[in-house]
Amino acid sequence: MLRYMLNRTFNSLLVLLAIITITFFLMHAIPGGPFTSEKNIPAAVLKNIEERYRLHDPLWKQYIDYMGNLIRFDLGPSFKYAGRTVNELIRESFPISLQLGVFSIGLSVIIGIPAGAIAALRQNKWQDYTTMIFATLGVSVPSFVLATLLIYVFAIKLALLPAAMWGGFTYAILPAIALAAQPTAFIARLTRSSMLEVLAQDYIKTARAKGLSQSVILYRHALKNALIPVVTYIGPMSASILTGSFIIETIFAIPGLGRHFVTSIYNRDYTVILGVTIFYSVLIIGLNLFVDLIYPLLNPRIKFDGKQGE
Amino acid sequence: MQLNNHSFEPILQKGTLATLARPSATFRQAAWRRLKKNKLAMIGLCTILLIFLLALIGPLLSSGSYSDQNLMQTNKPPSAEHWFGTDNLGRDLFIRVLYGARISLSIGVVASFLNLTIGVFYGGIAGFLGGRVDRVMMNIVDILYGIPVLLYVILLMVVLQPGLTNIFIALGIAYWLNMARIVRGQILSLKEQEYVIAAQTIGASNWRILVHHLLPNSMGPIIITMTLAIPEAIFTEAFLSFIGLGVAAPMASWGVLASEGITSLRSYPFQLFFPAMAISITMLAFNFLGDGLRDALDPRVRR
Repeated sequence: MLRYMLNRTFNSLLVLLAIITITFFLMHAIPGGPFTSEKNIPAAVLKNIEERYRLHDPLWKQYIDYMGNLIRFDLGPSFKYAGRTVNELIRESFPISLQLGVFSIGLSVIIGIPAGAIAALRQNKWQDYTTMIFATLGVSVPSFVLATLLIYVFAIKLALLPAAMWGGFTYAILPAIALAAQPTAFIARLTRSSMLEVLAQDYIKTARAKGLSQSVILYRHALKNALIPVVTYIGPMSASILTGSFIIETIFAIPGLGRHFVTSIYNRDYTVILGVTIFYSVLIIGLNLFVDLIYPLLNPRIKFDGKQGE
Repeated sequence: MQLNNHSFEPILQKGTLATLARPSATFRQAAWRRLKKNKLAMIGLCTILLIFLLALIGPLLSSGSYSDQNLMQTNKPPSAEHWFGTDNLGRDLFIRVLYGARISLSIGVVASFLNLTIGVFYGGIAGFLGGRVDRVMMNIVDILYGIPVLLYVILLMVVLQPGLTNIFIALGIAYWLNMARIVRGQILSLKEQEYVIAAQTIGASNWRILVHHLLPNSMGPIIITMTLAIPEAIFTEAFLSFIGLGVAAPMASWGVLASEGITSLRSYPFQLFFPAMAISITMLAFNFLGDGLRDALDPRVRR
């Protein structure tokens, strides 16, 4: 058990190191410096700027400097906005993205799990078909299409909800729905198939034979076990909400980290791209590690040889 | 009770015997029969064939080109002349959506073929050799699995510069992990089968066993994974186009068309509607077909 946990933690750190290194060298492999696209910079000024950001140092020295700063959680300055650091940017905008993300995750759990459970209990009845059609739709319609559809109907035609910006609960409703659609669909499908599997198990028959009430069988025996595989979806779900936020925050003009990331891609603001990528990677790898560590506690049948079952 | 010769005649005559036994079917025929029964999957399959057909011959039948501009005819709503209306440069949206189908579909197909090639060989070799090689190779896959893929596709596109070939490369090298895992699992269980031992005893080489025996028998899960990889690639390309990392103008994939449409949503919603419909219908069709194929081909689901 302990060996498994140490092994997983070590692997995650390895991934992180690999990611940071790959990211760093990829960003520096781009032809031309980050300032070459700037048209009206005199050569002397350009040289001074490059001096200031120490772009003349050999690559390995820049790498070591960057790693040294990373250990102190310093992601460096933004290339495009003078005087702004990547840390400031993340500190300002990430809380907004976090709120939106947590809201979306909550939404998809609250809708997805009951929908999937009901579909499994009423297998091949209309409830099942309706849920599955919606789940397939949720996976098939791109989030930006759903987002613009929601804006068109609820903000422009009906004028019920704000279409853009950030400031209070009403502003979060439309973006959260657009962001939650895909994870909700996945959770519903996952819950359904896992619930079907559990309901066919012998211990459910035993529980029935003992004369337990339907609700006790459902909640205590079936649903509790059916939700174990759903826990493993936390990692991919947060990754999907995160990348979804790039688009959704841009469409809804929400000043979150996702929109800043997209802007930095347009501007080719390399340190911001680098810093935010690393920040996101740490977040997702950390979440995946967390799930892997608590999973054995939830599911005592898992083996500790460092591999999950096929 | 009287017995005579007549009593000992076989009850089953020739002919009736054949009707009693179900016609024997190969695995492929059986799978096809199961697939044909699945209405949603067949709708998906027909839709996909129709879209491919339209993408192939549609642009040939129309008179204009996808880049023809007509500044007298900008932002016209759908009409008999321009079925899907025109965009802000007066280009016919119907023709652009048809051309977009070519680009989006080829991205889906090429990217998933790249996944297939890399994944099948990596997973095939790991599963077939087994032991320490397998452990090391799969550890690498496990480690790569922890990386948030889309972030790296974005990063690659920033480095490689936007463009069609680079999208193929970025998607190809990012999404093969799943395929490698599935193929490896299949090979690992198949290689203990008797027919592999039989092939080994008559002196078949490892390569021959892998290519002629193991891979054809793992076709089911490979096809399912590919069917579901195509819409994912189309989706990812649409995503990349949206953040400005897609194919370059005047070429236009569905993703580019949709993100152009979003900017004029308030005044000309039809400019978003048609490309968005095209993406959604294609994704839906592939997902239906993929689910149907899973039920038809995956022996574990067959109950």
